[in-house]
Amino acid sequence: MDMSRATFEKGPAVSQDKTIKMASKDVTVHYGQKQALNGISLDIKERQVTALIGPSGCGKSTYLRCLNRMNDTIDTAKVDGKILLDGENIYDPDLDVVELRARVGMVFQKPNPFPKSIWENVAYGPKIHGLAKNKDQLEEIVHTSLKRAGLYKEVKDRLDEPGTGLSGGQQQRLCIARAIAVSPEVILMDEPCSALDPIATATVEELIDELKQNFTIVIVTHSMQQAARVSQVTAMFHLGDLAEVGATEKMFSNPDDKRTQDYITGRFG
Amino acid sequence: MSTSIIILIVLLVGAVGGYAAYQRGRQLRIERGMRPHSRPIYHASYVLSWAWVPSLLLLGTWLIASPILNEIQIRNAFPEDAVAEAGLTDDLAYGIVESIGVGLRSLPEDERDQIDEDTPIEDALPLFRQYGVAIASASQDWMLPLAIESNIWSTVSRWAMTIVVVLFAAGGAFYGYRNIRTRLRARNKVEKVVNVTLIVASSIAIMTTVGIVFSMLFESADFFSRVSAWEFFFGTTWEPRFSAAGSGGETGQFGLIPLLAGTLYIGAVAMAVAVPIGLFAAIYMAEYADNRTRSVAKPLLEVLAGIPTIVYGFFALVTVGPFFRDLSAQISGLLTGNYSAFIQAQSVLTAGCVMGIMLIPFVSSLSDDIITSVPRSLRDGSLGLGATRSETVKRVILPAALPGIVSALLLTASRAIGETMIVVLAAGVAANLTINPFEAMTTITVKIVQQLTGDLEFTSPQTLVAFALGITLFVITLCLNVYALYIVRKYKEQYE
Ligand SMILES: Nc1ncnc2c1ncn2[C@@H]1O[C@H](COP(=O)(O)OP(=O)(O)OP(=O)(O)O)[C@@H](O)[C@H]1O
Ligand SMILES: [Mg+2]
Repeated sequence: MDMSRATFEKGPAVSQDKTIKMASKDVTVHYGQKQALNGISLDIKERQVTALIGPSGCGKSTYLRCLNRMNDTIDTAKVDGKILLDGENIYDPDLDVVELRARVGMVFQKPNPFPKSIWENVAYGPKIHGLAKNKDQLEEIVHTSLKRAGLYKEVKDRLDEPGTGLSGGQQQRLCIARAIAVSPEVILMDEPCSALDPIATATVEELIDELKQNFTIVIVTHSMQQAARVSQVTAMFHLGDLAEVGATEKMFSNPDDKRTQDYITGRFG
Repeated sequence: MSTSIIILIVLLVGAVGGYAAYQRGRQLRIERGMRPHSRPIYHASYVLSWAWVPSLLLLGTWLIASPILNEIQIRNAFPEDAVAEAGLTDDLAYGIVESIGVGLRSLPEDERDQIDEDTPIEDALPLFRQYGVAIASASQDWMLPLAIESNIWSTVSRWAMTIVVVLFAAGGAFYGYRNIRTRLRARNKVEKVVNVTLIVASSIAIMTTVGIVFSMLFESADFFSRVSAWEFFFGTTWEPRFSAAGSGGETGQFGLIPLLAGTLYIGAVAMAVAVPIGLFAAIYMAEYADNRTRSVAKPLLEVLAGIPTIVYGFFALVTVGPFFRDLSAQISGLLTGNYSAFIQAQSVLTAGCVMGIMLIPFVSSLSDDIITSVPRSLRDGSLGLGATRSETVKRVILPAALPGIVSALLLTASRAIGETMIVVLAAGVAANLTINPFEAMTTITVKIVQQLTGDLEFTSPQTLVAFALGITLFVITLCLNVYALYIVRKYKEQYE
């Protein structure tokens, strides 16, 4: 693994002509009486990495959870506005949430493998969605997912051991494998590296860079360096507002918004 | 002086000492200008411990030892042969001496003064009777002086105890107080006292259990010396005829099988009712219900747990039993034209169903706690992959909660096996051996109650069998618990 990062291959610069995968229009979220998001409008383009940054409590996770309706699982949360996935409103009452979440997968801050074997963890999604016609096909899905998550080599001899027995970094990659096993179109990641050491972080970052060939990725991160390394577009949140959004290179070199400037320079010192 | 007053004095002495220590601790800080090792509250607790613990320990020992010593002394003073001559045993003679002592103490002072060592017992007895103390007619003249001596001994012993214990308390407090200085590690010492207290508390719990088990074992051994173990464990007839006093000979049959079968059968029906309903209710409460529903429904469900089991038994007797009987009469009437009930009013089915209802809140509230304690992240992980709620419950939450749920269920099973009142009223006391759930059966606990109620000596197999039954029940419950532990451990190894 290359720790110097100098040779870390950066994806192609943002091309304006990429199609919009998800579009949110004026999204507001209330937790009970408290408003957590005040009208966010943000486009997420296909096959690239969008990073969400901003100070703690500004609503990044809240926004991310809107994108696959995980906020539905919180009793007090109420979402207004429109979020389109390929032009379709995901908050349409007719929409099947289960299917939506299969299309928009999620990786959480803390690795959360199920207390099952590694194989079972990855096979979980394909099984419940009936993606495999037979046992061989399921085996195939599990293996390719593990390979794409860069975990296969490390675990190929212990697929029937519990997923919870892996190291933190391996667990997080297992969770990523689990997410990509259902072939989602979009993968949401909420601070996926915050529980990992620098080496595991580097592995996951490389993985994200590779995954963007096939998936649209939205990642929440507290690390400016990470945002700069992996993303093509960065969105800066502040107190429930979207302060600024733009190409990552521009955001970090020459931000328009005063808040972005303060936040970034504060972090970089 | 009565024991409670002695304890009160000790507590007061400790409290005063503790207060003084607290003030001293604060003063130390001001005087020396540096922070003492421990805070004043620890100085107070330190002195408190010194005042309370040794004196109360001494009090306890004294209270136990003094009567024993007294008894030994009195028994040694029995005149030789007099006991046997009067046709008494030592135990009986001692009992009479004791009650004469009680009689003496209940007399008003001026009347007591009239009685001395030479008073014939016949003169004293009417006086005792007058003050409500009846004494066996076998009492002898020589017993009166012994009783007087015994009373003097106890009075002296009590005064000595009072003085010594209070001195101990004061001495302890004083010693502790003298020790207070900046460097005194009162905090660590108090920690040790706490530690020992906790150990003592758990030892008491364990010793009690061990004691109960051993006493049951001894009594059961006595039983098995009269009735063969084979006959007890494999006998299929339960008929412990209560032989008329003195007739002897006939001992009856003590076959465990019908009772064991009844216990397991009724327990199984109860679990079959309680487990699905309780578990589903728990899943609903933990996973589906919103906060408002939960805050109303959960307490309501738990009200069920507060109903005394006798009320359930009553409910079984007057409502459920007759309902099943009438229902079966209707059914057989429709099918065969003959309106005869095939479910008896008292049956395994009735007892099982009612007991099952009683167990629902146990299953549901235990399982609810366990299901709720499954980390939210697992739930989110599954939902985030597009699983429905029920898929999440079935494939992630229940497997993760399984060890806890299994132990909750085994705990519930132990309750089902130990339940008595519902069975008496709902399934009756007839020890049948049948596989028909519509007939009456009975359980081990019911028979224990039956064998022990009544005026019986603990020497006949008819009563001793209760201990054998008790130990059988204990072993069953123990096995359930051990099995639960085994499952939990095995599962943990697999997934942690
Ligand atoms: N379940 C909830 N119930 C009530 N309020 C919530 C809930 N979750 C989040 N909030 C509130 O919503 C606001 C946004 O929270 P959110 O978790 O989205 O912040 P964040 O940007 O992800 O912060 P962090 O960087 O610390 O993760 C916060 O003020 C938070 O207190
Ligand atoms: Mg967050």
